[in-house]
Amino acid sequence: MDIGGLTSQQQEILLVSRIPRLLSILIAGMSMSVIGFIMQQLSRNKFVSPTTAGTMDSARLGILAALILFPTASMLMKVSIAFVFALAGTFLFMKILDRIKFKDTIFIPLVGLMFGNIVGSLTTFIAYRFDMIQSIGSWLQGDFSMIVKGRYELLYLSIPALILAYFYANRFTIAGMGKDFASNLGLQYKQIVNIGLVIVAFVSSIVLLTVGSLPFLGLIIPNIVSIYQGDHLQKNLLHTALLGALFVLVCDILGRVLIFPYEISIGLTVGVLGSGIFLFLLLRRNAYAS
Amino acid sequence: MVEVKHVSKTYGSKKVIENLSVDIQPGKITSFIGSNGAGKSTLLSMLSRLISKDEGQVLLHGRDIHSIKPNDLAKELSILKQSNHIDLRIQVRDLISFGRFPYSQGRLTKEDWVEINKAIHYMELEEIQERYIDELSGGQLQRAYIAMIIAQDTDYVMLDEPLNNLDMKHSVQIMKSLRKMVEEMGKTAVIVIHDINFASCYSDRIVALKHGEIVREGPTEEMINSEMLKEVYDMDIPVQLINGERICLHFK
Repeated sequence: MDIGGLTSQQQEILLVSRIPRLLSILIAGMSMSVIGFIMQQLSRNKFVSPTTAGTMDSARLGILAALILFPTASMLMKVSIAFVFALAGTFLFMKILDRIKFKDTIFIPLVGLMFGNIVGSLTTFIAYRFDMIQSIGSWLQGDFSMIVKGRYELLYLSIPALILAYFYANRFTIAGMGKDFASNLGLQYKQIVNIGLVIVAFVSSIVLLTVGSLPFLGLIIPNIVSIYQGDHLQKNLLHTALLGALFVLVCDILGRVLIFPYEISIGLTVGVLGSGIFLFLLLRRNAYAS
Repeated sequence: MVEVKHVSKTYGSKKVIENLSVDIQPGKITSFIGSNGAGKSTLLSMLSRLISKDEGQVLLHGRDIHSIKPNDLAKELSILKQSNHIDLRIQVRDLISFGRFPYSQGRLTKEDWVEINKAIHYMELEEIQERYIDELSGGQLQRAYIAMIIAQDTDYVMLDEPLNNLDMKHSVQIMKSLRKMVEEMGKTAVIVIHDINFASCYSDRIVALKHGEIVREGPTEEMINSEMLKEVYDMDIPVQLINGERICLHFK
């Protein structure tokens, strides 16, 4: 077989490494951005995302639990355990959110970050005790350089979750308008929120296990889309997915060319660029509010 | 018809509504009045299934509202609470289209759009239909919400303090459109309202609450008098007939 005049070695690199890498960048970028939007609608806060609500940290704790309790577990098994932890963590955060009387836009993600850090320190403590800091560390930073054929296919599982999100998009937006608003339209508010959280936890765990964490991605992409075309989730879903994929792709290319022939991991590029944009959004919001 | 039968609601140790019964008459505007903490909003929320009740029943056409499927109930009865902070940026048109959710589950049909456009026209929102709701003034936002309720096309419309934070002009506009809905579309409206004179000028019936119980209820012309006001508000309020309307002079 001859594809575009490539040698068989080049073909193999293309099929085993390049295409899987591209696909996983696109899927991870899409998924994280879309679930970020869902979280922001359900929590009614623009600055809540898997990174700022303890979802990612809880999933990581789940991975650690899987590594310690079931060292021989398959990827699917690890994802399942991470999912259960991520769901429990996110749920707990939403419960805390319910209890907080002081619903300041900036305060709530700070609470989420603190909550995430508490879970994170628990993870570090346990990992330290079991001498597993190194193995858990590999999941701290997002990294596409390890993606090869056979190591990323799990990511495909997030696509049906995204399709489900599309069908529920209007319900999420209505739930985002508040409980009374949703009840008036005949929706079961709690059920909608729970479905949303399940999608968020599921997708986060998958991305975390295959790619690693992509901090702030689920926060900045939805906010940018929201600025130029509002918060109607169903209308925005495609924009959010495409912009997310594009952003991660650009970050990946930057990471690969900046210190060529070495590579900066995607977690770092997304984190640096992302936190910069996050700060800009925060300041912009304050300027807008005053 | 909506019948409220012996409902009670307790928050912690405080009885907010105690063994209260009232019938909402169809095709009329009924206003709930009373001082702060009298239980008006709680009663309205129980009437419209937003909160559960500890005892008693609310019947819609003889059926307990909690036995009706939420989606079906949403086609019969709508409730608009005081608009608290909304962070979502959605267009007025999209907000109104949510009113069709009980019918189409978000996949809007041609008929849905006909209803949505009718509601936009009815509340005169054509010019701002593309605007985002976070850019609207209080009056515009309230009108947009009411347009959504119109698109929802329910026989019963319940509004919790619809005039909150509105200036005179917009208050009159809202009350007039409510009157129009009742007279032209045959809707039944139940509102919680603080301004006694708006209640007097626009409602058919008044239900006066105090400490979670009904003090009195009846047709507006029988209700608006100094004696009733004294009982409800503990204030001496003269009532004068001006241009055929009973106006309460409660400022001094």
